[in-house]
Amino acid sequence: METVWDRSEQQEPRCGFGEMGICCRMCHMGPCRIDPFGQGAKLGVCGANAELIVARNFCRMVAGGAAAHSDHGRSVARTLLLAAKNPESGYAVKDGNKLAKVAGILGIDPGNKTKEEIAAAVAEKALSEFGRQEGELSFIKQAPEARQALWRGLNIVPRGIDREIVEMMHRTTMGVDQEHKNLMLHASRTALADGWGGSMIATELQDVLFGTPSPVRGQVNLGVLSETDVNVVVHGHEPVLSEMLVLAARDPDMLKLAESQGASGINLAGICCTANEVLLRHGLPIAGNILQQELAVATGAVDAMVVDVQCIMPSLPSASKCFHTHLITTSPKGKIEGARHYDIEAENALHSAREIVREAILNFPNRGNTEIPQEKMDLVAGFSHEAIHYMLGGRFRGSYAPLNDNIINGRIKGVAGVVGCCNPKVPYDREHVDLVGELIANDILVVQTGCSAISCAKAGFLVPDTAHKVAGKGLTEVCEAVGMPPVLHSGSCVDNSRILVALSEMVKAGGLGSDISDLPVAGAAPEWMSEKAISIGHYFVSSGVFTVFGVGLPVSGSETFARHIFEEFEAILGGKWAVEPDAGKMAGLIIDHINGKREKLGIGKARERVLFDMEMRRNLAV
Amino acid sequence: MSKIIATKAIRGAHELVKRAEKELAQAVEEKGPDTRVEFPNTAYYLPISHGILGLNIETLGGLHELLAEAKKLLPPIPGDTLWLPYLGNTLDAGMAALFADEIIEAIKYTQDPLPYLTELNPSDGRLWLGAANDVILRERGIEFVDGTAPGFAACVGCCPSNEIAVSVARELQEKNLYVFMSAGNDGRSMAHQLEEEGIEMGWETRLVPFGEDVTATIHALGFATRAALSFGGARPGDYDRILRYNKNRVFAFVLAFGPVDDLKHAQAAGAINFGFPAIAETDIGRILPSGICTYEHVVSPVEPDKIVAKAIEVRGLKVTVSKVPIPVPYGPAFQGERVRAKDTSAELGGSTLPGFEFVTSKDLDEVEDGRIEVIGPEIDDIEEGASLPVGIWVEVAGREMQEDFEPILERQIHDLINGAHSIFHMGQRDINWIRISREAKEKGFKFKHLGSILHAKLHGEYGKVFDKLQVKIYTREKEVLELLDQVRAVYRQRDARLADMTDESVETYYSCALCQSFAPNHVCIITPERSGLCGSYNWLDGKAAHKINPTGPNQPVNKGAVIDPVKGQWQGVNEFVYNSSHKSLEIFNAYSIIEYPMTSCGCFECISCLLPSTNGIMVVYREFPDMTPVGMKFSTLAGTVGGGVQTPGFIGHSKHYIGSRKFILPEGGAGRIVWMNSRLKEEMAPVLKKIGEEKGIEDFYGMIADETVATTEEEVLEYITKVNHPALAMPSLF
Repeated sequence: METVWDRSEQQEPRCGFGEMGICCRMCHMGPCRIDPFGQGAKLGVCGANAELIVARNFCRMVAGGAAAHSDHGRSVARTLLLAAKNPESGYAVKDGNKLAKVAGILGIDPGNKTKEEIAAAVAEKALSEFGRQEGELSFIKQAPEARQALWRGLNIVPRGIDREIVEMMHRTTMGVDQEHKNLMLHASRTALADGWGGSMIATELQDVLFGTPSPVRGQVNLGVLSETDVNVVVHGHEPVLSEMLVLAARDPDMLKLAESQGASGINLAGICCTANEVLLRHGLPIAGNILQQELAVATGAVDAMVVDVQCIMPSLPSASKCFHTHLITTSPKGKIEGARHYDIEAENALHSAREIVREAILNFPNRGNTEIPQEKMDLVAGFSHEAIHYMLGGRFRGSYAPLNDNIINGRIKGVAGVVGCCNPKVPYDREHVDLVGELIANDILVVQTGCSAISCAKAGFLVPDTAHKVAGKGLTEVCEAVGMPPVLHSGSCVDNSRILVALSEMVKAGGLGSDISDLPVAGAAPEWMSEKAISIGHYFVSSGVFTVFGVGLPVSGSETFARHIFEEFEAILGGKWAVEPDAGKMAGLIIDHINGKREKLGIGKARERVLFDMEMRRNLAV
Repeated sequence: MSKIIATKAIRGAHELVKRAEKELAQAVEEKGPDTRVEFPNTAYYLPISHGILGLNIETLGGLHELLAEAKKLLPPIPGDTLWLPYLGNTLDAGMAALFADEIIEAIKYTQDPLPYLTELNPSDGRLWLGAANDVILRERGIEFVDGTAPGFAACVGCCPSNEIAVSVARELQEKNLYVFMSAGNDGRSMAHQLEEEGIEMGWETRLVPFGEDVTATIHALGFATRAALSFGGARPGDYDRILRYNKNRVFAFVLAFGPVDDLKHAQAAGAINFGFPAIAETDIGRILPSGICTYEHVVSPVEPDKIVAKAIEVRGLKVTVSKVPIPVPYGPAFQGERVRAKDTSAELGGSTLPGFEFVTSKDLDEVEDGRIEVIGPEIDDIEEGASLPVGIWVEVAGREMQEDFEPILERQIHDLINGAHSIFHMGQRDINWIRISREAKEKGFKFKHLGSILHAKLHGEYGKVFDKLQVKIYTREKEVLELLDQVRAVYRQRDARLADMTDESVETYYSCALCQSFAPNHVCIITPERSGLCGSYNWLDGKAAHKINPTGPNQPVNKGAVIDPVKGQWQGVNEFVYNSSHKSLEIFNAYSIIEYPMTSCGCFECISCLLPSTNGIMVVYREFPDMTPVGMKFSTLAGTVGGGVQTPGFIGHSKHYIGSRKFILPEGGAGRIVWMNSRLKEEMAPVLKKIGEEKGIEDFYGMIADETVATTEEEVLEYITKVNHPALAMPSLF
């Protein structure tokens, strides 16, 4: 059986023009490419120079990523509408508190409305954010005031999600926007429409439908697959599918059917971000991250692999054919030749899910030899920003203040979001694990999402005990006080929007400046590969966060462009890009950046204990 | 380590909630769900459930709701491995434990006889005081307002020895902290230890034995909650403000002595919600990172002789105590002590012997700073138990000193001398009376130390207005009598000067925002004819205080154009009040009870309010605990009047204001008074009689009803109709 690593090897040497971002296929006068050594062509046929070509390619990646997250958000909003309007759909509102909060943000007056009526209004309002033509996206209000003002000053507050993506595509087509700085400002607007728009809608409405995550125990790695249970592996991104599979897999009729086929139960395990969704809400096991999708099949123990959208490798049908595994697609947006298709959105989702599980069960007797690796690791995940708020003070004192306080007193130096994909160009999982290990050893609290979180989970970083073994003394003290691991798993890749809200909450909690760009924080995607990662990276940068990518960025073909995003951008938006393939050096960049921010905040040195006399007590806010 | 603490606290909370459930079921079965529950004389229902959850629990049956809330909060116990975050859970468990405490303690108040003494101090061999009533809360609360008491130490358990218990208590007293004692170890608590050592306990000495049960700890946190409700402008149910207020204003902490079991862990977790850290003598682990408390949350083990200093550091409290060079402990906590006749070594002044105390200013070269002379016999020269005349003559000098400040300094003598442990002072001017105990004498206390106290403390607090101070203490009759005539002449001059001052005769009034940290929108305006409503500050005090601390809470207010001389409304005052009430009050009448009346912080001595059917008003003093004719007890009234809002028909004021010519002037003045509580009425008899004379009303004093003749508005009306009270003939109030 061939795997992603085999094919990656076959791609070597990679195309240098592509790696550097200086090939252009926007029109058929080309394809064109710029000679990076200055000996050949300096311009494309149309006259586009290196920075324009690099910028347009970069911008289209942002648009692609933003489109993916946002279309995900749209289908969640549609599902909420379905849940509100049709009690037979199998979906329902699970988290009334979150519904109320989102209704507030969207300006919906709950009045005397029923929960379903509010949900319908929320869904309709959320859907209108996609097609909105003027004004500002509602969720922008979650950002610190200073940040909103900065965006307004630059005229980059997103108007409508679809509008910005379409405009990005338009401006990068042949012969439109030819100023790379101008293009990048719209790239910011597009990326913000993802982070503070499409992704945030996806996250928030998923919470409304399926519950806001709170800390939960789980397990990770291929060892979670069962020899004796029917293994249904769910892979992709949208919990709209996986939540229904969870229900179906717990259905007593299904369990009975499984027994009748000689299985002792039904084991639903996840791959990629769907895995994160079902882990956070149900504690279900994670079989692996993106690069393990073929490996899961290769155990011979997967009775059905059920996929929806994003990061599904086209190699799966051929891998499945080597074993008894049934590959099942569920989204009309993502069909694969050679797979069975069930439309999860058609009619009753739960009914479809049951049919899928039934197919898996009936496939169980067809299993041949299996080889399930022993490796699996315990973990604690589920750190939504609401959960962090509660965890730091309970129902009555919950807030981000203890986090800020311990950053100010230096026990925690700062916070880093380490997210993103896995990439076969680098040794599997290593960049994530090395980077995160180094950061926590330096008292930097790490927040994770996506496949990166799964990599670190396998390394045991999500076990609370890790704090004693790997993390620095200060961070360990805080972890022990709170009972948390030093690495907080916050969800799937759309859940990076949770990190945006958490950063805004940190600003609001006070003591660390007035904008996200004042905070001692950084972002990293050490093994990125997807366009979605570029969109995420750019919405973090545009929200004021220093963001480092590993594996290289396709921008090195233009020094001018690279300088713009690596240096000049900071003066415009407070955040900037960096690229560093070596995890150790990447950690160094993040630590230096965080220390620099600490100096600026005046918390670079250990704080002396202040004792309060009456006069000082009077001046404390209550 | 934190996990062990969390596990114990959560386990303790489960146990307490289970106990509360059992005791509640039993109580409801025995007494019925409609049996009333309350902590006597409190306006705040059961304080924790009222403050934190906004519940108004009045019956045993009503406690079920609180029990349900407690159960809802109970978290699972953290696992041994792969645990989930437990800090938030532990704090919730702590709060659940407090709810359970409150249920259990409330049930105790349905028992007959009451397990608690509802008095200020332990007596008749009964030690435990239980919940503080509102009178105590108001009197003591003001000490938290003005900073005389920075906080309290909730002491649980039992010290390793009685000696340690006494020294810890003394050290806390000297640091001006209240000592709240509860939760014994095997039936023995710190309060028992102090009792065995004959230490005077009670609210007056700040050593308060709440109860032996672990659940009695709730009375400390109930006190904190009520302080936030009374003085902090927090509304019931606004737990966020109540808890933050306590974190940033009330610098309290928990001291745990001896073994700390699960139940005590649960109490500490509850206290941490308020920002109160726990410091333990035995090793229970540590939670060092800050966040919920200002600094550490749990610190242990700490040697008993270092535990007070450590606790103060952990809480982040700066205690400024000017060291008084005397051989006995010194601090405001000792002000409440009495020295009984049988313990007295020497008595000075009093009702049978002449005495005085007097402050006068001199030129700089006439005063030798720190010189203290005793003219006449010292304590060693007299027999045990003897009495002597006394004259305390204090001379101050300094460029900033003014004659107006003399009486202000002089008025401090009472509190300052009383601050010394086992020294007792009463009265003022020429009716002063001092007792020095045998214990003090044994420790080496001499008459000259009275001078040392005055020198150290007056310098500490008023050093800005004078540079030098010397004291002469006369203990021979001859000199005392000679000087007595001289000082009496000065007293008369001073009285005349203040009596002649009217609101019209000065251009500047003084604000008092001393309580603004507690009632953010309240500001007092102090005029010569309307003293501060707490009774502590008159116009001269305001003036002096401003001089002493120009940026302090007392600021000059230029009264500006007179808008209404009868209502007491001035342009300049309106502007000042608008700005310093955070723009919440636009119009302010100093004298009216009905129209835009002056607001109150919550520290008022008296409350006046309309009794509409009588066409008059009633006045009630804060120590009156019973129902008043308006249908509210003082404590409920206080909730209506306080908090910096104008409540037409109600005002809070000082006792002194009753005698002022400006007392509710637009409504017709003191002639409107139809009811007073009897103790206030008796105390104010000379003033009331004078008002009667001035207004030409025969036996005005006798016409005022009190609780002995009328407890309802109808009864008041009946009484005043019978005596033909002048209010009936006055213009209608509406």
